[in-house]
Amino acid sequence: MYFLGDFTNILLATCRDVLPIILLITGFQLFVLRQPIPHLRRLVVGGAYVVLGLALFLAGLEMSLFPLGKIMAAQLSDPEFLFGINQTATQAGWTAYAWIYLFAALLGFSTTIAEPSLIAVAYKANEASSGTVKPWGLRLTVAVGVSVGVTLGTFRIVTGTPLYMYILAGYLVVLIQTIFAPRNIIALAYDSGGVTSSTVTVPLVTALGLGLCDTIPGCNMALDGFGMIAFACLFPIIAVLGYAQAAHWYASRPKTRVKEKKNEI
Amino acid sequence: MPDKKPSITIRPVLFLALKKLRAAFADLLPIILVISVFQLLVVRQPLPNLGSVIIGGLLVVLGLALFVQGLEMGLFPIGEAMAYALARKGSLFWLLCFAFALGFATTIAEPALIAVANEAAEIAKQGGLIDTGGISKDGYALGLRLCVAFSVGFAILLGVIRILKGWPLHYLILGGYGLVMLITMAAPEEIIGIAYDAGGVTTSTVTVPLVAALGVGLASVIKGRNPMTDGFGLIAFASLMPIIFVMSYGIIIFH
Repeated sequence: MYFLGDFTNILLATCRDVLPIILLITGFQLFVLRQPIPHLRRLVVGGAYVVLGLALFLAGLEMSLFPLGKIMAAQLSDPEFLFGINQTATQAGWTAYAWIYLFAALLGFSTTIAEPSLIAVAYKANEASSGTVKPWGLRLTVAVGVSVGVTLGTFRIVTGTPLYMYILAGYLVVLIQTIFAPRNIIALAYDSGGVTSSTVTVPLVTALGLGLCDTIPGCNMALDGFGMIAFACLFPIIAVLGYAQAAHWYASRPKTRVKEKKNEI
Repeated sequence: MPDKKPSITIRPVLFLALKKLRAAFADLLPIILVISVFQLLVVRQPLPNLGSVIIGGLLVVLGLALFVQGLEMGLFPIGEAMAYALARKGSLFWLLCFAFALGFATTIAEPALIAVANEAAEIAKQGGLIDTGGISKDGYALGLRLCVAFSVGFAILLGVIRILKGWPLHYLILGGYGLVMLITMAAPEEIIGIAYDAGGVTTSTVTVPLVAALGVGLASVIKGRNPMTDGFGLIAFASLMPIIFVMSYGIIIFH
C-alpha cells in the first residue's frame, strides 16, 4: 500500500508535467487551427501510454536504481574502501581512485543506454536520415561519449582542476571537428549533447559527483559538486562528430585505394 | 469459424507487447549488469531490500516499454501533425507563437528546474547575495525559473526561424558558446554552476520527443529543407540559451 501511494503521487506529478503541453495543443487546435485532429483516439491512447509509462518508469527507478546507485556511489567513494583503513585521502594520488573511474565510466555508459529521450531522438534520427543513422549506433556512440565525459568529470573532482579549462578545451575540439565533419550530422550531434542529461543519468551521476566531493579534501559542494552534467553534455557531441568523421573517412577510403591501383596499372 | 477470431487479433498484440518488453529489457540490461557486477565483485555488501529492488526493476522495464509505445502512437504523431498543420496554415505569427509557448510551458512546470532554482536561491542566500539588497529568496527563485522558461521559449522560437530560413546551425551554436565563454568571465561565481546546470535540466523526457518531431516535421514539409540537416538542433538551442540567460540574469541582479 505504501507503494500505491507513492505511485499515485508520481502519476499525478507526471500528469501535471504533461498538462501544459495538452493545454497548449488543444488550445491551438480549437482556436488557431480549428481542424479536427486526425486519428484522435490513437493519439489519446498514445498520450495515456506515455504518462503511465513514464510514471511507472520513475516509480521503478525510485525503488531500485536510484537507491542502489546512490548507495554504491557512496560506498565506492568511501575513504575506507578507497585507501584502506590506515591511510587518509591526503596521502593518496589521483591513481588511488581507479575503482571510481571504472564505475563512473560504466555508470555513464549504461544509464545513457537506458535514457528514454535518447531512444526517442535515435528513433527520429533513423527516420529523418531514411535509415542511414542506425538507432543503436547513435545510442552506443552517445553512451561512449557520456562515459568518457563522466570519467573525466570524476578525475577533475579528484584533482581539483578548474571546470572551465576542460569545458573550454572541449568546445575547441567541437569547433575544430565541426569544420571537418560531414554537414548532415552536425545538428544531430549538437542535439545529442542536450538529450543525455535526463531522467536516468542526472540523479546517479550527480550522486556520484557529490559523494566523491565529500571524500576529497578541499572540495566545495556548491562549486565543484556540479559540473558532471556539463561534461556529460559536451562529450557526446565530440563522440558523435568523431564517429561520423570516422565513418565518412572509412567509406571514402576504399575508393581512393581503387584509384591508386588503377594509377599503378 | 468464430472460435479462430480472437487468436488472430490477440496474438499479434501479445507478440508486439512481448517484443516491446524485450526491447526495453535490452535497454536496461547494461545498467543491471553494471550494478550487479560491482555489487557482487567490488563492494561485496548485501543488498538492502532486494525484493523492492526487483519489483522496481520490473516496473522500470514495463514503464519504458509503455513509454516507447506511447511515443510512436502519441507524441511523435502529434508533434508532426502540429508541424504540418501550422506550416499549411502559413501563418508565421502562429507558428512562432506555438514554438515559444511550447518551450515556455514545458519548462516553467519542470520539477527538476524548480529544485535547481530553490537550491540556487539557498546558495545565493548563504553567500549573502540576496535578502540584503531588497530581493527575497522566493522572488529570486521565481525570477530564475521565469528566466529559464523564457530562454527555452526563445530557443525553440529561434530554432524554428532557423529551420524556416535554412541558416547553418553550427555558426549559431558555436557563436552561442563563444558568448557563453565571454559571459562566464563577467558573471558572479555563484551563478555559473547553476547556469550550466540549467542548460541540462530543461530538456525533459516529454519535451524532447515533441520538439524533435516538430523540428523534423517542419523540415520535411518546407521545400528545400532536409529533415536530417535542418530538422535537428532545437534541443541544442534549448540547452544553450538558458546558460546565456541565467548568467545575464545573475549579472543584472547582483551588480
